Amino acid sequence: MDGLALHIADGVIETPVAAGFAALAVAVVVVCLARGRRALDDRLAPMAGLVAAFVFAAQMLNFPVLPGVSGHLVGGALAALLVGPWVAALCVSVVLVVQALVFADGGLSALGLNITNMALVGTAAAYLVIVVLLRVLPRTLAGLAVTAFAASMISVVVAALAFVGEYWVGGGVELRAGLGEVTGVMAGVHALIGIGEGLITAVTVVTVARVRPDLVYALRGARPASTTAPAPVTGGSVE
Amino acid sequence: MKLTKRIGFWFLAGGLVVSLLLAGVVSSLASSSPDGLEHAAQRGCAVDADGEIVAGSCLAQQEREHDLAGGWFADYGVRGLDNDWLATGLAGVVGVLVTFAVGGGLFWLVRRRRPAGE
Repeated sequence: MDGLALHIADGVIETPVAAGFAALAVAVVVVCLARGRRALDDRLAPMAGLVAAFVFAAQMLNFPVLPGVSGHLVGGALAALLVGPWVAALCVSVVLVVQALVFADGGLSALGLNITNMALVGTAAAYLVIVVLLRVLPRTLAGLAVTAFAASMISVVVAALAFVGEYWVGGGVELRAGLGEVTGVMAGVHALIGIGEGLITAVTVVTVARVRPDLVYALRGARPASTTAPAPVTGGSVE
Repeated sequence: MKLTKRIGFWFLAGGLVVSLLLAGVVSSLASSSPDGLEHAAQRGCAVDADGEIVAGSCLAQQEREHDLAGGWFADYGVRGLDNDWLATGLAGVVGVLVTFAVGGGLFWLVRRRRPAGE
């Protein structure tokens, strides 16, 4: 299995720009840690550890999207649904740090860039979609599945475009074909990857919602609102 | 609905077993084609059979080898272990356990403590 899985390697983005994004990433991760602490209790802390471990596992599973091109889950949407946005960004960051340090996947100097794209921008985009869709969609498992799918898809494409933005700022090579072509390819391929990500996320989140709805962060406080619509999410077995 | 205060042993154990199976067994079935970013990064360049860039203009041109490319588990393998299936699986298991330990440990350390007696 080759490394470099949606992860930027060293040297692709010029060092000063990579360093700038590293500083930005550290600052935002500190904010996430401060905000995430408020939610992290005896129940959410082990759940968040489990989500990080699951995201690591899922990221190893490259699926084909086009002949000769593959993709894998990024996990921002999945984590945001299960543990909330702040802790989700931390979960994906932990995965990226372990991948860079233990598995030589994603350059050390590019760690800030990768955290910015996938853990911060990807998760933020997913969370915005989640907030909007959970408000307008019926509070059913189907509504949750649609939310998970849409949030995943948009999150992956936005994360891919964040990479293009980083390259625009500090790309090491002046491209003959121009950045426009790369933008199109990145968005197109990642829309396809987003479909796979959406399916995996929807199946995973719906499964957790069936078994333990109390462990789905996005469903917290959802109970009272479900008087008009049938809400099978409450029908799962509860301890 | 009664709010459960704990994650519960069985959910945690079940989730870890699923993660270990995905990373330890299913990972060997994963596609080894270049992923979306790699594909986009190599566009415009000619690449030889080993994946080395030989000509052209593309994002990946100035890519350097990873600083830890000689590490024990670099590229999701195990140094000295030639059996790909075993190496990928073992690396996956190590990754899940390390990620759970680092992530879970960090989150447990910074968590909001309940007042004593609750």
